Amino acid sequence: MEQQTLIDYTLHLADNALVLGHRNSEWTGHGPILEQDIALSNIALDLIGQARNFYQYAARLSNEGEGVAAVSGAEALGAGVMGLGEAAGAGSGRGAAAGSAGVAGVTEDTLAYLRDAWDYRNCLLVEQDNGDWAKTILRLFFFSAYQYYFYQSLQQSRDRELAAIAEKSYKEVTYHLRWSSEWVIRLGDGTEESHRRMKEALDQLWKFTDELFVAADYEKALAEKGIAADLTAIRPQWEERVEAVFQQARLKRPVSAWGQTGGKQGRHTEHLGYLLAEMQFLQRAYPGCEW
Amino acid sequence: MKDQNTESRSSWPLWEIFIRSKQGLDHKHVGSLHAVDAAMAIENARDVYTRRMEGISIWVVESKYVHASNPDEAASFYDPANDKIYRHPTFYQLPDELTHM
Repeated sequence: MEQQTLIDYTLHLADNALVLGHRNSEWTGHGPILEQDIALSNIALDLIGQARNFYQYAARLSNEGEGVAAVSGAEALGAGVMGLGEAAGAGSGRGAAAGSAGVAGVTEDTLAYLRDAWDYRNCLLVEQDNGDWAKTILRLFFFSAYQYYFYQSLQQSRDRELAAIAEKSYKEVTYHLRWSSEWVIRLGDGTEESHRRMKEALDQLWKFTDELFVAADYEKALAEKGIAADLTAIRPQWEERVEAVFQQARLKRPVSAWGQTGGKQGRHTEHLGYLLAEMQFLQRAYPGCEW
Repeated sequence: MKDQNTESRSSWPLWEIFIRSKQGLDHKHVGSLHAVDAAMAIENARDVYTRRMEGISIWVVESKYVHASNPDEAASFYDPANDKIYRHPTFYQLPDELTHM
């Protein structure tokens, strides 16, 4: 059971990174200008890299004790769809431990491509649609500021694997935060139109920021053991950073105290289903397909 | 006049990018890109030109500040150096210990 808590937590971190990475990658080829297109695509790749590290760790944890030999992603994907869906359903916990893994096992690919929306544990913020450039920028800024302090804290984790991933990711996120902060300031303190768009983005996204700091059961349990980052300590740091950037950007934090939650438990907004449908299409339609 | 306005509103200035690949080497021109100001030019250069570990330092210069020689004057500028072989230090015997010359 303890192992399952750690798997849940690792998947939560992986899903956060994958979903935001995928969202950002939707801009590839559509950026407002070539240089920014490349910048956002770089950030998307950083995030997907982080997701891979977490998924690989989650897969290893899932397979431990199951006596599963390492399998290739394609094999597992094929097997996963052909009646062994529960092996890939590691997100729901029981699936991974249920033992169907004897044939295929869990891999980073089955975790990313064969779980459904209710198995995903990402925060609601990262799955919100791209909207315009302002909304994409603000979503990235909110989440990068969160990840910046989060990875700082996770580097002290008693789980050495998580600490190592956090250390590597921290450098990447430092740049994401710098890049998105500058854009928030440029747009907020820019023209009348850019300021209006930032305010609209703020209205749409603010209610999803609360969830970042509302710990799910698996986060609470692991924080007590010194494995998970302590979200209550991160919150004031995040608020301070957001406030500082907002001041430069001439933006005001909304006063609304209400926040939408549920993503960490698998209760998502309508956006995630569409995202997964597109992202998972190929492996669902052609199981085990490689190219 | 109207055209000029839309031009300056819709297109960002061009910047020349120089990258130092490692400590001790000089910054080399690697290309150019668009950005609204120097800070963004450096970030864009980071994203466009150092994705594969190409550099450890970036210089940016707005292209309009680069003054170039005129290609039409190439004959008078460069050809006269053509037959001045004595300007090359090729008449010296270098000791074997000297490398990188």
